[in-house]
Amino acid sequence: MNALPFDPVASVLLIPLGGAAILALLPGYRVTARLNVLAALLTLLSALSLFFVETRVPGTYLFIDDLNIVFIVLNSFVGFTTSVFSASYISHELETGRLKPVYLRFYHAMFQVMMFGMNLALVANNIGLMWVAIELATLTTVLMVGIYRTPEALEAAWKYFILGSVGIALALFGTILVYMAARPVVGEGLDAMVWTILIEHAANFDPALINLAFVFLMLGYGTKVGLAPLHAWLPDAHAEGPTPISAVLSGLLLNVALYAVLRFKLLLAANPEALAPGPLMVTMGLTSLVFAAFMLYRRRDIKRMFAYSSIEHMGIIAFAFGMGGPLANFAGLLHMVMHSLTKSAIFFAVGHISQVKDTQKIADIRGLTVSHPWLGWGLVLGVVAIAGLPPLGIFMSEFLVVSSTFARVPWLAIPLVFGLLVAFGALLLHLNGLAFGEPKGSTAPVQASYVPMFAHLALVFGAGIYLPPPLVGWFQHIAQLLG
Amino acid sequence: MQHGLVFDIAHLLAGGLVLVSFVMLYQDRLYALLNVFALHAFVLALSVAWQAYSQEAYHLFITAALALSFKALFIPIALHRIVRRLGIHREIENVVGIGLTMLAGMGLVALSLVVMLRVTVEADPLAREDLAFALSVVLLGLLMMVTRRNAVSQVVGFMSLENGLILAATGAKGMPLVVEISVAFSILIAFIVIGIFLFRIRERFDTVDVHALDRFRGEQQ
Repeated sequence: MNALPFDPVASVLLIPLGGAAILALLPGYRVTARLNVLAALLTLLSALSLFFVETRVPGTYLFIDDLNIVFIVLNSFVGFTTSVFSASYISHELETGRLKPVYLRFYHAMFQVMMFGMNLALVANNIGLMWVAIELATLTTVLMVGIYRTPEALEAAWKYFILGSVGIALALFGTILVYMAARPVVGEGLDAMVWTILIEHAANFDPALINLAFVFLMLGYGTKVGLAPLHAWLPDAHAEGPTPISAVLSGLLLNVALYAVLRFKLLLAANPEALAPGPLMVTMGLTSLVFAAFMLYRRRDIKRMFAYSSIEHMGIIAFAFGMGGPLANFAGLLHMVMHSLTKSAIFFAVGHISQVKDTQKIADIRGLTVSHPWLGWGLVLGVVAIAGLPPLGIFMSEFLVVSSTFARVPWLAIPLVFGLLVAFGALLLHLNGLAFGEPKGSTAPVQASYVPMFAHLALVFGAGIYLPPPLVGWFQHIAQLLG
Repeated sequence: MQHGLVFDIAHLLAGGLVLVSFVMLYQDRLYALLNVFALHAFVLALSVAWQAYSQEAYHLFITAALALSFKALFIPIALHRIVRRLGIHREIENVVGIGLTMLAGMGLVALSLVVMLRVTVEADPLAREDLAFALSVVLLGLLMMVTRRNAVSQVVGFMSLENGLILAATGAKGMPLVVEISVAFSILIAFIVIGIFLFRIRERFDTVDVHALDRFRGEQQ
């Protein structure tokens, strides 16, 4: 069947799961941090080996296609780099005493459970299983957001938990409705929840029922994506949790939820009588973009600011996928990859910055390029990338989104470009204070791991200048699939 | 007719669940709220058991048993103890008045009936009306979470919302067992999470009023 001595689909799931079991048993911070990195690396390698699977037979529970491979590889890569960053970040937190070892007892095990949940959601061929997996990933992140046990962290975790549960409940209702729609066509039982079977028969589903299902799914999983007006949990969870978790929340969990939305969008698109899913996504995307762009100006907390920037970019991605068509889908996919890489790199920088300055207040962080050149310039590069300046990767994907919108629905490009410019201004305004001028606060040297951050930034920079043709061909193929 | 009786009992139980949801909306004491929630879970267990019997889907009895033992007995008792230990068996302060909440609740039920019955014209009539009731229970649960400030009553609202989801899942004939067990399981996990939260919140302040948490907005100076 395939040339590999092991089953890569099973190993992207079993490595994190086994890792979690082992890490849960082991005491001691240092050993578990190293094992965590090792488990993440092995997961990454098996994710990469998915490319070499020649025949893909969709199973009842799991399957692999071109769409989810992108997500899995991205997920495992950022998971790996974050585990490296997390090791140095957390050891610093232990030294300063902000985190007690007792709170960290299950931190690494939970990190692996979260990776397992996200990978399971991505390879799941069963919409019920996908729901369970996203729920699992959410619950583990809730626990990790609350890990500092300060009043702020508890409030953030509580808010995240309540809003996330409401979202996940709505998504389950939508899933049940999809089953109801599929049952008369596919027949009772497991088959009516298998995505590959659903998509074959979607044309015969009752259009009214799947319309309603999509509204619930969009609202439910949209809460997880952080689309306005369901985003309220996101800034708090990012600001109060430990920074490695902010990085995986922004870089990964939002994507996984978006992936779920995309799967159901495909289902709807396969039914000619159902409502077009695009306009709903376009509206929510644009609302998030413009709203988050304005919110960026008044931020006083550095992690909160970048959380709003995540809402903005998820808005752009949802907008691009909502527009549909090969070009916009290509742009959306590229933007998603670039955003994950850039945003997690920024959080790596911000994590070390807030450690060395001992504050997250923007007003108390000044002149980083003078006091900490590596961190400062890393942040500058990251923010320049996220703001969408050429020649970095995000500029290219944003350019593609805007130009494909101009070509098809010119008037929609006006709010889009407006939102992009507002966000651009806000980010550069804040960056100027953060990075340049007279240093403020501690100028002590910092024990930081620069490799993950600069590896991400190098990828983003490289992608802005030159995209390898196989990658372009591959993304174009997926864009075609997405319709 | 046999068929008619099956219908009527299923409707009676699902309608009963909506009614108990309304009763929950106006409870202003925590103990009373927990008792009503136990009743809610009990009616759910009956309803699921009836579905299991009438659909001849005997695995659903597991879900019914779980609802009965876990949600109708274990959770209310545990929450009773938590409430007593925290000493918060005083009144619940509703954000909006009871009259307004009830009106909003009625509006939501009407909305879900209109939406579901119109959309599912071609579906199996039993499932269809069950689904309408289930959506009402879900929306009433949401309403309760919005109108309460107390962490315990928000959790109860959330659990009543989950009850509505289980009603919907069991009403959908032949829905795979995977989902039911996972739903039950997720409730278990949710409860553990909540338990930890309540414990930690208790650890930090002497209140589980979410209002008290609102002071700690990260951005206020």
